[in-house]
Amino acid sequence: MQGFNVDTSHFLAGAVLVCSFALLYQARLFALLNVFAVQSMMLALAVGWQAHVQQAGHLYITAALALVMKGMIIPGALRRIVQNMKIHRTIETVVSVNLAMLAGVGLTILSIMVVFPIARMAGGLAREDLAFALTIILIGMLVMITRRNAISQIIGFMSLENGLILAATGAKGMPLVVEVSVASSVLIAFFVFGIFIFRIREHFDSVDVDQLSAKRGDVE
Amino acid sequence: MTSLAFALILIVPVAGMVLLALISSYRIGAWLNVALSATAFAGSCLLFAVPMQTDTFFLVDSFNIYLVALNTLVGFTTSIFSASYIAHELEQETLTRGYLRFYHALYQAMMTAMSFALLSNNLGLMWVGIEVATLSTVVMVGIYRTAQAIEAAWKYFILGSVGIALAFFGTILLYLAAEQVLGEGAAALTWSLLVNDAAKFDPALLSLAFVFLLAGYGTKVGLAPLHAWLPDAHAEGPTPISAVLSGLLLNVALYAVLRIKMIMAGNAGAIPPGPIMMFMGLSSLIFAAIMLYRRRDIKRLFAYSSIEHMGIITFAFGMGGPLANFAGLLHMTMHSLTKSGIFFAVGHIAQAKRTQKLAGITGLAKSHPVLAWSLGIGVIAIAGVPPFGVFTSEFLVVTTTFVRQPILAGLLALGILIAFGALLMRLQQVLFGEPQGPSHKVSASSLPVLLHMGLVLLAGLWLPQILVDWFQQVARLLG
Repeated sequence: MQGFNVDTSHFLAGAVLVCSFALLYQARLFALLNVFAVQSMMLALAVGWQAHVQQAGHLYITAALALVMKGMIIPGALRRIVQNMKIHRTIETVVSVNLAMLAGVGLTILSIMVVFPIARMAGGLAREDLAFALTIILIGMLVMITRRNAISQIIGFMSLENGLILAATGAKGMPLVVEVSVASSVLIAFFVFGIFIFRIREHFDSVDVDQLSAKRGDVE
Repeated sequence: MTSLAFALILIVPVAGMVLLALISSYRIGAWLNVALSATAFAGSCLLFAVPMQTDTFFLVDSFNIYLVALNTLVGFTTSIFSASYIAHELEQETLTRGYLRFYHALYQAMMTAMSFALLSNNLGLMWVGIEVATLSTVVMVGIYRTAQAIEAAWKYFILGSVGIALAFFGTILLYLAAEQVLGEGAAALTWSLLVNDAAKFDPALLSLAFVFLLAGYGTKVGLAPLHAWLPDAHAEGPTPISAVLSGLLLNVALYAVLRIKMIMAGNAGAIPPGPIMMFMGLSSLIFAAIMLYRRRDIKRLFAYSSIEHMGIITFAFGMGGPLANFAGLLHMTMHSLTKSGIFFAVGHIAQAKRTQKLAGITGLAKSHPVLAWSLGIGVIAIAGVPPFGVFTSEFLVVTTTFVRQPILAGLLALGILIAFGALLMRLQQVLFGEPQGPSHKVSASSLPVLLHMGLVLLAGLWLPQILVDWFQQVARLLG
């Protein structure tokens, strides 16, 4: 049974990682939103499986939250914003697909090389999960760097956060995981919808961050 | 008694926060804000009177007790400054009443979250406190809703969130390192237990955790090259927020780094944190000192000066040892008091001249003598001229470095001198140039500025023995 448990958790964590790679090369906003929704659902499965394996009932809350908030409500609301702003046809000129994928593979290798030798003592389950999670975090950052659109950057950040939740649930018995995941979902919803996107739009008729950069107060 | 102190610092402000969000009159809101900040300060004074104790969630020792007192004191004086600053903004209609309710509630949220982070014994809770404090300042930075303010808030949000995410990953790694020794559950994140058993942790895992925690919290401290959010956030938000950002939030983030450093010190196999911190500190100092020359915005000027001083402090703590730690603690205190005082003066000056651009602020000595002199004293103090307290602490840092690392001491002194030149050059223009542009009367309370500068001057002339003993004790604790 032990082998099956570990294999399944690796499979699910791997699925979350694959979604991260898919995020890298989506040019259209709707596609990006869909991939993010799938990633969050995969995360919900992975966390749910951890809850089952570790017999930690409270992790089911985190799993449910990932499924409902990040898998459905947030992508749905972002989709409406994109539709209302009529930017769903936008194709972003990002770094070329090949380059982004290569960078993603590089980050994967990097995190495996960093985590495997170090976490030798930390038990198999946590070790691979940690490597997967670190890769997802790094790819999330890569998405945030390569994108020029406020909505894409938020998605990059949320996928980064998915990696964090994966890491936290993989660490057996880690306190505060549920609290942190609840708090971060609320905060993200609050920020994304309440404040930024509407305000950025109010001022710029666009969510392109490049237009923001031109408004820096200290442009020489 | 202890629980009374905690109630005053943590629970009363949270209750007040709800009330502030409901009160529509800005006058009552502003005064309630002052009253709540005073309550928190009273609570922190009470902490000195009761025996220090440590339980699962909270920790009171000589290190954090003094930071809580400093934090709540500056929080209190800033709330007084904020009341007069906000009244003026309301007259100018740059802020609306609805936003002010929000502003006051968030001010209390930020202050409480910082005290919570300082007092918590659990590293996870400390992380939560710092995150809440950061996010409430993000909202306040964007409160003017101008294009520049939103750009600054967006950048702060993105960079701050990445920093806080890295710190959380570091916390997870630290938990994994501790879990093998202390067992699963809350014990493996309890700082007082971690510090005792640090020697038994896996050194490699601990080192990796430190790297993530330093990068994460270092972003909050504003260490180069992770400082990009700091000048914008200081310049575009309301000035009371610049004062608490510079004076307090940077310190709280550094406090988190120092707590982690104390764990690292207990493990012989892990990478030594000192040299990394010294390198980051020194490069922040020199980078910021050079950047000071090209600033055109008065608030950005002092934001870069904050990067410079956080660099000096980080360097001192990275060096370690009783003397360098003592100097670091003193400099932390002096910088907090001086920099927030400077921002009080800058806030009123920007309101009087209706601009933040340095080019538009000249000849203040003629048009606004009181403001000019309070700014002048502040800048002279922060530039490290005797007899102010900043001189004492900078002198201590340089001399201790000189004994142990003469070459680094040279670089340190060079950085301080470069910054000194930039600040005095700017000050000279601001005070003694030909007055130009609009010049309005500002009815400002000088009390907060005078109080801060008085304390800094007092510390430079005569440091009470009890404070010296206290800092020496904390310095030994820091190792």
